[in-house]
Amino acid sequence: MADTLHALTALGQAAPQTHQVGPYRIEERFDVALASVAIRKGRAADVTRAAQAAGIPLPEAARFAAGNPYSAFWVAPEMWFVEAPFATHEDIVAAVKPLFGDAASITEQTDAWVRFDLSAPDLGPLMERLCNVDFATAPDGFATRTVIEHIGCYLIRHTAGAVTLYGARSSAKSLLHCLEVTAAAVI
Amino acid sequence: MIINHPILGPRDSQEFVYLGSAELMNRPDGMTTGVEAFHNWLYNRDNPAGEHRELWYHEQGDRSWLVVTRNTVTHEIRSVELARDVAKAMGRTK
Repeated sequence: MADTLHALTALGQAAPQTHQVGPYRIEERFDVALASVAIRKGRAADVTRAAQAAGIPLPEAARFAAGNPYSAFWVAPEMWFVEAPFATHEDIVAAVKPLFGDAASITEQTDAWVRFDLSAPDLGPLMERLCNVDFATAPDGFATRTVIEHIGCYLIRHTAGAVTLYGARSSAKSLLHCLEVTAAAVI
Repeated sequence: MIINHPILGPRDSQEFVYLGSAELMNRPDGMTTGVEAFHNWLYNRDNPAGEHRELWYHEQGDRSWLVVTRNTVTHEIRSVELARDVAKAMGRTK
């Protein structure tokens, strides 16, 4: 039976897709596990201590911090999304929950999102048409929630030429369509 | 209009949703204060020409609730606070 069951990507395919539109590369990522970490009331010090001990970065507001194996980005006051490689952390909640005990609430997020990694020599012209983030002046490591084509997304600017987008998985094809159409309109 | 988010800095007001008067935070206990106080909280709104404290929700951002003190005549925004901090300053626990 196990041989007949295969996970599909957010776009409904067996393998993640990559699209190239002019200089813009849109790469679906299927290899990242995701969980939210929210501090429980009055437990900030405990969570900070536990995160440091476990090597989980908890960056400042509107920031992303890379690490190994855990990376994280800020989503709301006292709340972060934590990323880890899917191959080693498929059950990311089981891995993260014991680290924080009852000081934080952990929620599995992996299959709620579609992740697209965008790359190009300069993503500015594309990003400024997609959303209202001031991409040109945002620093590297900037992370924010924004809206693209009426779809709530998390945007992480790694560099001016590398961006990660998390959008609602149920709208994966709509988001990809928007990215492709906008990229085609820019070039 | 730009709203200076206390955490995230200046953000376009189109990212926010407007709820109404910040007085909505002070819901009376309908079981002890009587029906008049509850009716007043639920249905009656002042409509000041001038300074007004309002609740705004950062729907397209970090989804925090803000208390924005705005002049309804000039649209000048005098202060922006996290609603959580305002509630705590009033002695509330959440």
